[in-house]
Formats: sequence, C-alpha cells, structure tokens
Amino acid sequence: MTRNRSDVSDPDGTTPVLEVEDLTVAYTSRHVETPVLHGVSLTVHPGEVVAVVGESGSGKSTTAQAVIGLLPDNGRVTGGRIRLNGTDITSWSDRRMESVRGRRVGLVPQDPGTSLNPVKRIGDAIAEVMRIHRWADERRIRARVLELLERVGIPDPERRARQYPHELSGGMRQRVLIAAAIALRPELIIADEATSALDVTVQRTVLDLIDELRTEDGTSVLFITHDLAVASDRADRVVVLEGGRVREAGDTATVLSTPGHAYTRRLVADAPALNGAGHRTAERTAALLAERADLPPAIAVTDLVQEFGTRRDRFRAVDGVSFTVTPGTTHAIVGESGSGKTTTARAVMGFRRPTSGEVSVGGTEIGPLRGRGLRDLRRRLQMVYQNPYGSLDPRRTVGSIVAEPLVNYRIGDRAERARTVAEFLERVALPTHLSDRRPRELSGGQRQRVAIARALVLRPEVVVLDEPVSALDVTVQAQILDLLERLQEDLGLTYLFISHDLAVVRRLSHTLSVMRGGRVVESGVTEKVFADPRHEYTRGLIEAIPGRREPALPARP
Amino acid sequence: MRYVLRRVGQAVVVLFAAFTAAFVLLQAMPGDAVMIRFENPELGLSPEQIAALREAYGVDVPAHRQFLHTLLGFLRGDFGYSVQSGTPVSRMIAEALPGTLLLASLGFVVAVILAVGIAFLSTYPRLSWIRGALRALPSLFVSVPVFWLGILLVQVFSFRLGLVSVIAPGPVEGLILPVLTLAVPISAPLAQILVRSIDEVYTRPFVTVVRSRGAGHHRVLWRDVAGNALLPALTMAGVLFGELIGGAVVTETVFGRAGLGRLTEQAVGNQDVAVLQAVVLLTATVFVLINLCVDLLYPLLDPRLRTKAGAAA
Repeated sequence: MTRNRSDVSDPDGTTPVLEVEDLTVAYTSRHVETPVLHGVSLTVHPGEVVAVVGESGSGKSTTAQAVIGLLPDNGRVTGGRIRLNGTDITSWSDRRMESVRGRRVGLVPQDPGTSLNPVKRIGDAIAEVMRIHRWADERRIRARVLELLERVGIPDPERRARQYPHELSGGMRQRVLIAAAIALRPELIIADEATSALDVTVQRTVLDLIDELRTEDGTSVLFITHDLAVASDRADRVVVLEGGRVREAGDTATVLSTPGHAYTRRLVADAPALNGAGHRTAERTAALLAERADLPPAIAVTDLVQEFGTRRDRFRAVDGVSFTVTPGTTHAIVGESGSGKTTTARAVMGFRRPTSGEVSVGGTEIGPLRGRGLRDLRRRLQMVYQNPYGSLDPRRTVGSIVAEPLVNYRIGDRAERARTVAEFLERVALPTHLSDRRPRELSGGQRQRVAIARALVLRPEVVVLDEPVSALDVTVQAQILDLLERLQEDLGLTYLFISHDLAVVRRLSHTLSVMRGGRVVESGVTEKVFADPRHEYTRGLIEAIPGRREPALPARP
Repeated sequence: MRYVLRRVGQAVVVLFAAFTAAFVLLQAMPGDAVMIRFENPELGLSPEQIAALREAYGVDVPAHRQFLHTLLGFLRGDFGYSVQSGTPVSRMIAEALPGTLLLASLGFVVAVILAVGIAFLSTYPRLSWIRGALRALPSLFVSVPVFWLGILLVQVFSFRLGLVSVIAPGPVEGLILPVLTLAVPISAPLAQILVRSIDEVYTRPFVTVVRSRGAGHHRVLWRDVAGNALLPALTMAGVLFGELIGGAVVTETVFGRAGLGRLTEQAVGNQDVAVLQAVVLLTATVFVLINLCVDLLYPLLDPRLRTKAGAAA
C-alpha cells in the first residue's frame, strides 16, 4: 500500500478510516469533459473530525460525493485513489458500493426539509438503512429505531416514529437523518453542509450531537462546510479547497490563526463570525445617533400587530413591535425562523395592512395610503430580496432589469435612463458590459448587485434588506456588505436589515431589535447588545454563533 | 369527516349543473324527436295527429315545466321513454351498461399497465439505450385518432395476420381489439405525467439520501420514487376516466359492439332527447364518482393532505 504523505502526521500508526489520494473528478456536458477536482488528497483518522471548507464551486461536495460513489450521472473519477480502512474502493461498481453506503459510511445531508421522503413515516425512514442491509429481523429493527430516536434526543420516540416528516421541525428532521446515518455504526460520517439550513441555536444543538456521537462511538466525521466558523469550532483538522485544489491543510487552530495561503487568509478575513467585534464601536454609533437625534426618524413602527388566519383560528405573527430608525443608519431585526422578522419587514413595505399599530416611513404614515399614495411611497422605499436567483426575471437583460423602476415611474427618456442605469451599475461595481447579459450568466454575487442597483435607481431614502447575503459565499458576502456600507455613506441611505445571522448583523448594523415569537425581546445599539446582552434569549443566540470557541483568532488586519 | 361531506356536497351540485346544462342544450336543438319520427310524409299523419302525439310525449308544455317533470322523474329513477322505440330508457341503459362497463374498466386497466410499464421501463439504467424510443411512445399514442387505431388494429390483426377474429368472435376474443383501441390513447397522457413526475422526484434530495443508505435502483424506484410520482398521475387518471365514455362511442361503433356508446350514437342520430338526457346524467355521475374517489384517496396516499384536512375540520 502506498502511503499518503499526510500519514506522517498519523499519531499511532493505525490505518486511516478514509484516505483520498490525488483524486481527480471530471464532469461531462455536451461531450466536453471538464475536470473539477485536480488531485485532492485528504486523510481522516479514527475518531477524528476533518472539515473540508471552501466556497461554492470549490469541489468540496464533489469530493464527498466521490467518496460514497454518488457523483451525478455526468461525473466520473478520472484518477487517484479512495481508500476506506485501507481497502481501495475507487473502481468499485455501483452494486458493490451499495454495501458500503449506509453501512460503513453514513451521510448527513444538507437540507433536512427535503431530505426525507414526505410520504414515509419517520420510523420507516430510519429503519430503511437496516432493512437494506438486512441487519436483523423486523422486531429488532423496530426496537433499534426507538433506541436511535432516543439517542439523538427526540422525546416521545414511539409517537415520533409514527409521524411523517412534515410534522417535525427542521432541527428534529436533522436529528432523524443523523439517527439513520449512525444506525449501523458506520466508521465514517459525512456531514455535507449538515447544519447550513438551520437556525443558529438549532445548529448548535445538532453540532453538539454530532460531537457527542463521535466521542462516544469513536466515529470519524468528514465535515463539508462553507462556514469557516463551524469548522473552527468542530474540526480537528481542516482542508481548504479552492477551484478543486487543496490550498492548505492541517491542524484547525494553526491553519485558521496563521493561514499560510492567500486564499485561506481571505476566507478568514471575510468570515464575519471569526472577526470578533464589528468595526463600529458602541461610542461611535452613540455619537452618530446623538448627532442626528433631532431629525425625524426615517422609519417609525409603533405597536405593530399582524395576525393571520381565520376568525376561529388566529395566529399572531407580530405582537406589538415598536422601533425607530435614525436617518442614515442601519437597524437590524434579528430572529430565528418564525420570529416574525419578515412579517415586520413586509408591513414596513406596505405589502400587508397591519392588524393594528402604526408604520411611518420618512414621516409618512403608510396605514391610510391606498393605490396612488402607496405608489408614491415606493419611490422612496425599496427592497432587496434574499434570493438573487429568484428575484430577477430570467428573460430580461441586466440593463432592462435595472431600468424597470424608471420605466414604471416614467422617469426620464431613453437616453437619460441609460445614463442612470450605467451610473448605478458603476455604483454597485458591475462592469457596464454586463448590461446586455441575462441573470443566468451572472454569479450569485453579481445578481445580488443587480438587485441592489434596481432598488437604488429611484434614489430611495429607505431600503429594506431581507437576508440579502444569506445565499452567498463568505467572500462574496463580505464584498456585498462592504458595498452596502459604501452606498449608505455615499447616498445617505437608511437600511432596515432583516437577518438570522448575528455575525452579519454585527458587521452591518448600528442598532438592532431581537425578535422572538412576534415580540421584540431586546433592542439597542448593536455593539452594546453584543457586549452585554440583557435578555436570556439574546445571550443564547450570541453564544450559539459558531466560531466563538477559538478566542485567540487575530482581528482583521 | 367534514372534508368528506363537503366533497359529497360538491359532487351533488356538479351533477345538478350537468343535468341542467344537458337539458337546456338538448331543448335548444331545433326540432324534436317526435317530429323526426312522425313528420315523415310516408306515415301520412295529419298535423292534428302529430300535435296529439306531441302532447302524449309531453313535448308541448313549456320548457320549465318539462324541466321540473324530468328532474322529478330522474329523482324517482324514472327516465322516461325513448321516442324512437317506445321502450323505457332505464331498460335500454340497463341492457347497454354492462358491456360498456366491462369494456371501459378493461380499457382503463390496460391503459394503466401500459402507462406504468412505459414510465418505469424508461427509468431503468439497463434500458437506457431505448430510453428515447420509450419516451417518444406517449406522444405517438396521444396523437393517434381512436377510430383510425381501431380500423388499423382490425386490418392488421384480423385480416392480415388472422390472429383475432372480428366476425362472430368469442366473448374474450371480441374484447381484445376494442380494449386495446380504447387503452392506447388513454395511456398516453398518463404515461407522460408519470414519466415527468418520476424524473422530478429523482431530482429531489431525499432520493440521494436513500441511495446513500445503500439502496439499489429497484428499491429507490419502487419504495421511494413511485409513491411520490403516483400522486399527480392519480388526478390525471380521474380526468381520463371521463374520456373512456367518449372513447367507447367510437370504439363500439367501429367494432359493432352493443353498449352505451352505440346507444348514444343512435340517440344522437335520432335526437332521442330522453335517452340522451339519461346518458349525459349517467356519464356525469360516473365521472363525479370517480373523481370523488380520487379526492378521497389522496389523503390516504399523501399524509401531508391528511393533517391539512384534519386541521381545517
């Protein structure tokens, strides 16, 4: 057996659970073979957690798929070796790989919402892996299912086993998927962005669970993640991938505190959670707010209540929310899913009439506004949406997307509009030649820039940003946040920033409101709240932010 | 339970609407069956005699009274008399129904088998070399006119190959070609929907997860994909069942089989309003019943609908 060079670091000479050596993978489309992995090597020792980090397109998921032999139909391993406990499985047939999958390698997938068969009971979803591998008779399998549900911390396992996925929360579904992954005590668990879709507090409990399983059963974990903070908290070693190549690999603390490669340095610098405090101090923000204290607030929300449902079956999504935003500053509304943050944003946009309470934007009370008045208001109030893939019309060019608000409000003639569009494309740092392209030809970050340009062409005073960076990679995220800050200074914009990501909130906002169950549990100057959270829930949220276990990380240069 | 009651209520409303629409449309036709039958100069009936006959058949009273009369009759199970032959409509239908029911059910079963066969075969990795051809079949099937297909089948299987006799065939032999003729066009849209929804289900993340547990192709297809892919096909199947009746008219005419389709065809030719009214209502009833079954079956197949219905109740 040829020895991998990283085996040198092998402390006690045992066979690694997983050895990937010079792996190359290519995708074929329209008869053209494009290599996506160029000689990736990594090793996972027994009981070790190794994180593969990288941005989208770095090849991290492809690596994981190659290991379990589940590359997409057009993907192919073109070179290198994959060894599982010393056995070379690189050229195993699909049939033969079936005996490995589930039994020796367990997968915890990315999105718990879509990773369970919706018409199959929870119990059957877990039992499936044992039935496939004929682990035992039905009676023992059923007992094992209950044992596993209990093991992953799901209360009342008997009832849960009879339920269907839609009856469980996202965090619970992820626990179910973990239970299925560990059912046959595999040597290796591959967690492919296993917690990216979860709220921070849920993310923390799920990560804790994986940690616990590892310490108790000695299972090795291969963590695939874009989140450097998660890697820094949970992994013994990290492998940094970029463009299908390993840029850096080694001990987590060492790699993240003294990154050797420029790419790793950029990743670390751009990860908001790893940079400790934001660059705004509490004092500076307080001074800014004091200076503008006499100005009327750009947004004022008073006792906002929003109810949904029928008369008999009422649900209060927002329950007495109040806050004001000083002109030219950013107010963040932070909360987990179901907290009412998006509903509040929609009420501010005037998309939905509040059940009670008042909302005013730039001194205009929007409650009584109808058709014409609302239309005039929207010139001053714009929104940027979360998903840059869904919010742009795929059939139109970038130029016409950005010009659309101008056309709608009949502003300027054709030449004038073209000038304005060019100006704003420049402001969001998009090359003007992209103006003739269509959204699908752009990257996620470029699309979000287009969406921002579209929101700004009418020169609004207030922009509502609904999770504007949550679908983007960290470095792109950092660029967009920088851009938003610069635009705020240049154009004197007021932002209402909706986010579940506290690290990003800390980076961008002056003040914040923390929402939970439709109510504001805490509000104030962002840095003050972070330094001294008063409410227990806020404390929990802040503690759950990944990347806080390594206090020795350097601040941004 | 509320859900069931509401669905049944809707079904009754649909039936009443179908009855009314049929009545209005049939009344709006110029002339009536009495005139067609008795105004024939060869019979030599005087206008007075015709008027007397019209009165006897109850076609001279105002439309709204006829409507009430017919409706009440239908509710009692009295469908009136055929103008053409004078026999009670209920007896004519009772004679025609079993044959058609047999033909339609067999046709439907064969259609489902064809559709499921095409759809599932086209996903088998070992058959990928004929996948293109398999996937083109439904489009071909859907564009074939029923009458032409019937004639073609007779031409090939009976006259050329002499495999199936169409002249005085046995009861089973006589069903083969009509059932095929009926099944092919019904199977096409069903297969198209199935193929598409199987493809769609295969792209969902949970399929990859099941494969990561070590499941092979068969297990994934039958235990995980099939259950999800059948849901949209079921709705389509309900709608297609209605087309069977239309298909039966042509098929029975082409193959000279006695049945509801044949009865309809003759009644249309003779403007036999009483028969048509009964046939329309019968068809609508079957259609409504089938779709009611589909609606009630849905929550059994998809647990997500179960809780929704439960929450609404």
